[in-house]
Amino acid sequence: MAIPGQQELTQLENFMEGIWKQNPVFVMLLGLCPALAVTVSAVNALAMGAATTFVLLGSTLLVSLMRNFVPKEVRIATYIVIIATFVTIVDYLIAAISLELYEALGAFIQLIVVNCMILGRAEAHASRNAPIRALTNALGMGLGFTIGLFALGSVREILGSGTLFGVSLFGPDFQPWVVMVLPPGGFFVLGAWLLVFNWWRNRTPAATGTLKPAEGHSHG
Amino acid sequence: MEQYLLILIATVFVNNIVMAKILGLCPFMGVSRKLETALGMGAATTFVLTLASGASNLIDTYLLGQELAYLRTLSFIVVIAGIVGFTEMFIRKTSPVLFRVLGIYLPLITTNCAVLGIPLLNVQEQHNFVESLVFGMGGALGFTLVLVLFAAMRERLEAADVPLPFKGTSIAMITAGLMSLAFMGFSGLIK
Repeated sequence: MAIPGQQELTQLENFMEGIWKQNPVFVMLLGLCPALAVTVSAVNALAMGAATTFVLLGSTLLVSLMRNFVPKEVRIATYIVIIATFVTIVDYLIAAISLELYEALGAFIQLIVVNCMILGRAEAHASRNAPIRALTNALGMGLGFTIGLFALGSVREILGSGTLFGVSLFGPDFQPWVVMVLPPGGFFVLGAWLLVFNWWRNRTPAATGTLKPAEGHSHG
Repeated sequence: MEQYLLILIATVFVNNIVMAKILGLCPFMGVSRKLETALGMGAATTFVLTLASGASNLIDTYLLGQELAYLRTLSFIVVIAGIVGFTEMFIRKTSPVLFRVLGIYLPLITTNCAVLGIPLLNVQEQHNFVESLVFGMGGALGFTLVLVLFAAMRERLEAADVPLPFKGTSIAMITAGLMSLAFMGFSGLIK
């Protein structure tokens, strides 16, 4: 993920990278499990996005501050412990704020630890950049992740329950497309979004020449 | 005995970790391009996940308990990373052949959310030690089953004449969705 010449990116480009060019959900396909599992409603999607962004920012700051002290051999273990600490904080935070939300998100809050996006950012960006720069990038990535989750969650809620943020959209005669809020719906909606992006990219190759294709990725 | 068999069947088919619980999607999408790699990944995951379920159950029961519950996520992930490292060393010493097959998948397993998810689910559902082991193994077998099935389909998809915008991950996602629909059919299997 390290791009040669990354140093020359301006702060704005650095920030926008996660939102558009390397969007974690639609381009990098990282953190798929929470992206598909908890996005049954727009509220859940936003909450998950916010929680992940918080963990990402916190761990990025620490990793970036400690980048010169951590021995290379134990860096991954160090990152994981740092990330797990912030995940525990956010886990208890959400339980304190809203028990309903906590139950809806379930084990997926704790599973932020293994979100490849966060570890990937720590390894590829935060451990090589000064705090301000790393935080800007992390904020962009977190926002990009949240936007991706929201794109999935809102579509699934509208189709699957006929509501958005709990507000009924189509009146009482609407027959909800129940499968959309079940696991298969997550796959379908993400597949459809990727389809839209692919189609759009193929239609206007000149304008989006910088976009990387969604295929050809490989990660753990 | 019957109860363990029920857990096993339930985790492999009814509550399949990939198709129903949506865990472990990164390897599901990432290493399902070839049948061989899918099998290797499945075998390595089964081994690690069974060990991790047992170990995390012991840790949660005897070390953490109620008072130290806030250390659960942290200690589980450290234990899993440890088990993965241990497995890697153990296989390298005892069976170089097996190491050549599984070696490259082992480091990837640490970030497989199923490997952390199953121990956490074990705690949530208050499984005892044996139940945890069976749950872990069933989950991993279910993961392997789905991974192998999906890899076989993707090998066919490579050769298929797919419309251009669908190419790549998009069609893979839709295929996975259809597969998930099919797995929902198992939900009547166990009450």
